[in-house]
Amino acid sequence: MSQAALRQPPATEATNDAIVEVRGVSKIYGDVEALRNIELSFARGKLTTLLGPSGCGKTTLLKIIAGLVPATSGEIRVNDRVVTGPGPERAFVFQDFALMPWATVMRNVGFGLELRGVREAERKRVAQHYIDQVGLSGFENKYPHELSGGMKQRVGIARAFAVDADVLLMDEPFSAVDEQNRRKFQEDLLKLVEIEKKTFLFVTHSIEEAVYVSDRIVLLSPRPGRVSQIIDPKIDRTATPDEIRRDPGYLDTVENIWDGLRHYAE
Amino acid sequence: MRIGNFRIPMMASLLVWLVVWEIVGRLDLIFLIPPVTEIAQAGLRLVQTGSWQNASLITLRSFAVGMALAIAVGVPLGICMGLFKTVDRLMGMWVNMFVSAPLSALVPVLMILFGLGETTVVVTVFLFAVWIIVLDARAGVMQVPRSLFEMGRSYGASGWTLFSKIVLFAALPEILAGIRLGLIRGVKGVVIGQILVSVIGYGELFELFSRNFEMASFWALTIILFAAAMLLSALIEHFEHRIDYYAGARA
Ligand SMILES: Nc1ncnc2c1ncn2[C@@H]1O[C@H](COP(=O)(O)OP(=O)(O)OP(=O)(O)O)[C@@H](O)[C@H]1O
Ligand SMILES: [Mg+2]
Repeated sequence: MSQAALRQPPATEATNDAIVEVRGVSKIYGDVEALRNIELSFARGKLTTLLGPSGCGKTTLLKIIAGLVPATSGEIRVNDRVVTGPGPERAFVFQDFALMPWATVMRNVGFGLELRGVREAERKRVAQHYIDQVGLSGFENKYPHELSGGMKQRVGIARAFAVDADVLLMDEPFSAVDEQNRRKFQEDLLKLVEIEKKTFLFVTHSIEEAVYVSDRIVLLSPRPGRVSQIIDPKIDRTATPDEIRRDPGYLDTVENIWDGLRHYAE
Repeated sequence: MRIGNFRIPMMASLLVWLVVWEIVGRLDLIFLIPPVTEIAQAGLRLVQTGSWQNASLITLRSFAVGMALAIAVGVPLGICMGLFKTVDRLMGMWVNMFVSAPLSALVPVLMILFGLGETTVVVTVFLFAVWIIVLDARAGVMQVPRSLFEMGRSYGASGWTLFSKIVLFAALPEILAGIRLGLIRGVKGVVIGQILVSVIGYGELFELFSRNFEMASFWALTIILFAAAMLLSALIEHFEHRIDYYAGARA
């Protein structure tokens, strides 16, 4: 299938503990083959990262799982049910935030609940909780254009949390955030993962980011995207962020992935 | 504008031109140009006549009805063109042709179709205004970011909810800009329509004044019309500034 070492997760783990299963998914856009026969399962309560070169189909796979884009063949199962479209157990965080410019932070965060017909008082209570949680207290009545890129994405993340989905699908959520804020974001994300006990599917370009935040990393090959390697970075999350970034295990894993990707670069 | 310590009011240049006009008028060089003072008197007399008030009412009514129709047809049509490829392909050719066509040339045909009356003027206003409204509404829907659609869908919206809660608001700045341009074109429509039909409203008065060489009344009416058009344009601009905040918020 590919030149890189292939390590499938143990079969038991895949059947018992998987919340999202991708079975033989392929996607062809016109004459572009974006994904070829993807077989993956995502463990409940874990943060799994999709990593791969630009154009290898990471966004496509995430949108197929979200039910926003139909697969050409194969199927997705979430909580053992076949996905035919978007559903309340999945929430999406968009690379370009996808906030409504005419709505305040409060309304944007509560928008998923509004669409579900939740009453205003309850909506506001929940939205306020997650606005506080992502550190935007005091910005409830601001409009998106009054916020920085990083703050906009916090709104996007709060909106996804507010609907209380089991699976959070995040497509390069930090790519529009500058380097310093990015680190803060990664640390905040880890805290939220800790508190919220949800399953995260995360897409990124950055190897360091992937190793830092993930329980598991799925390496995709260049187009047509295939699973080329699965890596479980064993990182002690109790250490401080700086300790983690200097940890030999962390640095080795980063190096390993570089090696795995190297032959694609040639 | 300032000269030394003396601040010259904005209207100064207008005053200069009025004085020049007055002098030319007094010199009796061209009978087409009566003195300004005479025009002002004619204007004061004019607005008190029943025929002027009646004409104004008819003009306003034709304009309002024509614009209401143009908005009621143009906005939904433009939105449908933006949303559905089939509608866009079906209508795109016509809209693009009419938006830049010299529509005045069509008025005589309209007169044959709708007679020498208010209907023709209403249709003229409609035809002048509707195309730009369609095009702008279409553009507004087309520029709605794909991710906003996906956001709505991923949180459970579809069909009417997706449209009324997201697409409509996202397209609103362009829709309103189209209506503003449509209103300005509609003013041209009502004037051209009435002048060509020339038996109702201001068209009838213009016809009457020029036939009887009542140049003072003729100019008074023209000035009233210009002033009304400028006032309307200023009013819309004021309204647009108020939504500017929102439109600019998109960037
Ligand atoms: N709607 C579409 N129509 C046609 N081709 C598409 C469409 N969306 C994606 N593609 C193509 O499919 C391939 C995979 O795209 P995708 O956006 O999933 O890649 P990606 O891994 O997310 O890339 P990036 O890292 O640049 O975000 C690309 O070659 C892209 O050009
Ligand atoms: Mg992508």
